[in-house]
Amino acid sequence: MTETPAGPLKRTPLYDLHRELGARLVPFAGYEMPVQYPTGILVEHAQTRTACGLFDVSHMGQVRLTAKPGHNAAKAMETLVPGDIAGLQPGQQRYTQFTNDAGGILDDLMVTSTGDHLLVVINAACKDADLAHMQKHLSATCEVEPMFSRGLLALQGPQASAVLSRLAPQVATMKFMTGAYVVIDGARCYVTRSGYTGGDGYEISTPADQTDAIARKLLGHPEVKPIGLGARDSLRLEAGLCLYGHDIDTTTTPVEAVLLWSVGKERRVQGGFPGAAVVQKQIAEGSTRKRVGLLPEGKAIAREGAEIVIAGKTVGIVTSGGFSPTLGRAVAMGYVERSQSANGTRVDLMVRGKPVPAEIVPMPFVKHTYFRG
Amino acid sequence: MTETKYTEEHEWIRVEGAVGTIGITQYAQEQLGDVVFVDVPAAGRKVAKGEAVAVVESVKAASDIYAPATGEVVESNAALADTPGDVNAEPTGKGWFFKLKLADKGELAGLMDEAAYEAFVKNLG
Repeated sequence: MTETPAGPLKRTPLYDLHRELGARLVPFAGYEMPVQYPTGILVEHAQTRTACGLFDVSHMGQVRLTAKPGHNAAKAMETLVPGDIAGLQPGQQRYTQFTNDAGGILDDLMVTSTGDHLLVVINAACKDADLAHMQKHLSATCEVEPMFSRGLLALQGPQASAVLSRLAPQVATMKFMTGAYVVIDGARCYVTRSGYTGGDGYEISTPADQTDAIARKLLGHPEVKPIGLGARDSLRLEAGLCLYGHDIDTTTTPVEAVLLWSVGKERRVQGGFPGAAVVQKQIAEGSTRKRVGLLPEGKAIAREGAEIVIAGKTVGIVTSGGFSPTLGRAVAMGYVERSQSANGTRVDLMVRGKPVPAEIVPMPFVKHTYFRG
Repeated sequence: MTETKYTEEHEWIRVEGAVGTIGITQYAQEQLGDVVFVDVPAAGRKVAKGEAVAVVESVKAASDIYAPATGEVVESNAALADTPGDVNAEPTGKGWFFKLKLADKGELAGLMDEAAYEAFVKNLG
């Protein structure tokens, strides 16, 4: 998820709206994206935790997989990811990862079964590589259709359900990690009850040319304010969620990243995904390091790259760190040697050459409030 | 008689007698966004012109603050520990960072006055 240096920046269908709203636009994954609006990240963060925020995540990649005659798209997808995709009922969504032969993570993604297709949402910075990966490995069995021009809106927060229900009453009873085709403002959208904030909310896949109208309609509700990428990052960090390219990448496995919950139970035994042998060995014997939550004392903020030290010896590194607006203090996550990873372990985080005492703590830092019905 | 000068790093220094008060400009606080932590230097610390002496943390990133002149820190703004948002609200007032007893006021000659700084910011687009 790094800035792409070369070439002109792409724009999402909401570019004009961002400009109108006074967003500060920055290059992100090859797109010109809003990092914040005039009220600033702290207000946007609180808005999303207490009411409702609208995020433009149209830069993310959407891909539709449809089985060719005689084939099964879910089974095909399972050759690339460790998640239980074949077990998805129509309308169910799952979080999983593309792995490489070493068990490292190429990207993390959401997969939803519509019954007829699989809808896949991948990270913006990885989407071209992911598409090529799927085309290479799945084209014999599936139609792999990129839908990169579609819009994707995230409507997040405790008021999200009340707001979206006014436009589409059926979303009120949808449960976390389910999806459905929903008509919003005359447009056929695909809505999932999911997000990247740790709170309740929806992601709405929209036809490109109707994205702007739907976003404006949502912003017309008094509970809804536009939220930029800055608050998206502070929200996901508090929720203990991984950011690809930082907390997970090709050098980390799902076991090390403590994402084993997303690896299907049968798949742990049967394998059949890239790097399965590595992952299975780590499940059996434990990995040498694991991702942990870190709570620094005092006010200093330990950011990505800060070394984690015990008694003068480096035992790990911070992969994400920042200020948690909800808690009013710094939080971080990082990798440490598994032998030093127990909750309650005292460590020092090296911030500008100075040790900042911290404690290894369970995540999330802020409780998840998903709607499970 | 006070005089305010500006650096290309978007700091201001307001000089009264031999002491300069240092903070960041309105432009700088706008660029940083919400300030959540400021690490100011302790009184008694001797600093060299251009040395990184303080850190301002926004939600997004940490930024160094450089000493605009050589001297000794005589006071730092302790209130920022509890109210870092002062830097956003009043960057040239309550949001000051530290006070420096200047070793050589002649060093300030190379800094910008208000008109030159305004032109400098305008040129940044």
